[in-house]
Amino acid sequence: MRAFVKDSYDVVVAGAGPGGSRTAMKLAELGHSVLLLEKRQEIGAPKRCAEGLTLTAVDIMGDIPQNCKMREIVGAKVYSPDGNSVLVHYGKHGGYCLERKQFDKWLACEASRAGATVLANSEVTDVIKEGGRVKGVKARICGEDEIEIMSSVVVAADGIESTISRKAGLDTTNSLVNVDSGFQYEMSNLHMEDPDKIILYFGNDIAPRGYVWIFPKGKDVANVGIGTALSEKSAKHYLDRFIESHPEIFKDAGIVEVNSGGIPVGGFLRDMVLDGFLAVGDAAHQVNPIHGGGLKEASVAAEIAAKVIHRALMEGDVSHDSLSEYNDLWWKERGERLKKVEKLRQVTEKLSDKDLNMLAKSLTSDVLIGLTRGSKMGTLAKVLMKNPRLIGIARHLF
Amino acid sequence: MAWEIDREKCLRCGACVSVCPELALNLKEEGVLHDADRCTSCGICGRVCPVRSITVVK
Repeated sequence: MRAFVKDSYDVVVAGAGPGGSRTAMKLAELGHSVLLLEKRQEIGAPKRCAEGLTLTAVDIMGDIPQNCKMREIVGAKVYSPDGNSVLVHYGKHGGYCLERKQFDKWLACEASRAGATVLANSEVTDVIKEGGRVKGVKARICGEDEIEIMSSVVVAADGIESTISRKAGLDTTNSLVNVDSGFQYEMSNLHMEDPDKIILYFGNDIAPRGYVWIFPKGKDVANVGIGTALSEKSAKHYLDRFIESHPEIFKDAGIVEVNSGGIPVGGFLRDMVLDGFLAVGDAAHQVNPIHGGGLKEASVAAEIAAKVIHRALMEGDVSHDSLSEYNDLWWKERGERLKKVEKLRQVTEKLSDKDLNMLAKSLTSDVLIGLTRGSKMGTLAKVLMKNPRLIGIARHLF
Repeated sequence: MAWEIDREKCLRCGACVSVCPELALNLKEEGVLHDADRCTSCGICGRVCPVRSITVVK
């Protein structure tokens, strides 16, 4: 497959997840030569995702094919630790539970249709630097011997491992406090009361700092998983215990797929670029810190990255200073908001189950949705400050 | 000092790779590769593993 690959490109993208594929697609549409490399044998598998996509994200994605959309979602049912639940309505169009394997492949196909060269089983093994500037990559195309490919800009979209950035000299190692442990089953033959809503379970005994999710992919099939802070017990341990304690849903269930992964939940980077180099998506920690969703963030970042790289290539200046516009635009559009959500995460992880129960009773559906988007912090602070013990914690929101 | 991974348990998700401060871990199709020369046995990789497949003995 060496014949598929040229000696040099305008842009080489490492990683064909949503961030990588969409950056590649946008740049190819703008007329640049783009090589999109994915180290795994199959784009989209194994997934590391709960597969939920809200409508705001659907809007960015464009016309998602039917075979990627497993089920339409109209809202969420959120359980507090005491077992009470709050219904969150998403409005007329809620979102979808996706089939990520189909979805990621569709995005890669779109990149290919736009003119990018897309190759799976093709790992970027190293970054080529000359005089401190990134000039290209070393890669094994379709598992063959390592070759050198020159590139004006290299985009690291290699997911949470984020090794490409670190090899290039951009320190993306995330601190342990900003990484959650994720574990997930796709389960069959479930007894779900309302398979048109996603269900979330909160509680320090259920999932420290995080939550257990049930995202329906069909009437009796769901992505069932957990995201949790690091603790003595593993994420798998917590999820298995949850499943065992809910026979009303799981007593006849089967497991058709098992996945796991790390989830960046903070530690946003002020600088995500080098000379001739830029990072997007999980690799740049671009994930919502309260719900751990990264699909929308990767897509927004890809959009910004493509715009900035296009401008830089047209001007013939791919230096750090030139590409740094990506930092400015991302922080303005997403970073500032996500930083607030990170603070919210830091506050909520200090709350006891009793506090969480109280919040569930006090906060409306609109406020809950707002909080996940980095707004309504004042409303939350007011509720917390009614309790003298929580005043100090509430201050951390600002 | 020893670093061990239970390859039956490991789901090849890369969580450990992301937190290794020394770039001592690499995710390959066949599983996680460990570079003993770079590893400082800090144990961070073992803590993030969702299925606790890694054992680090200092």
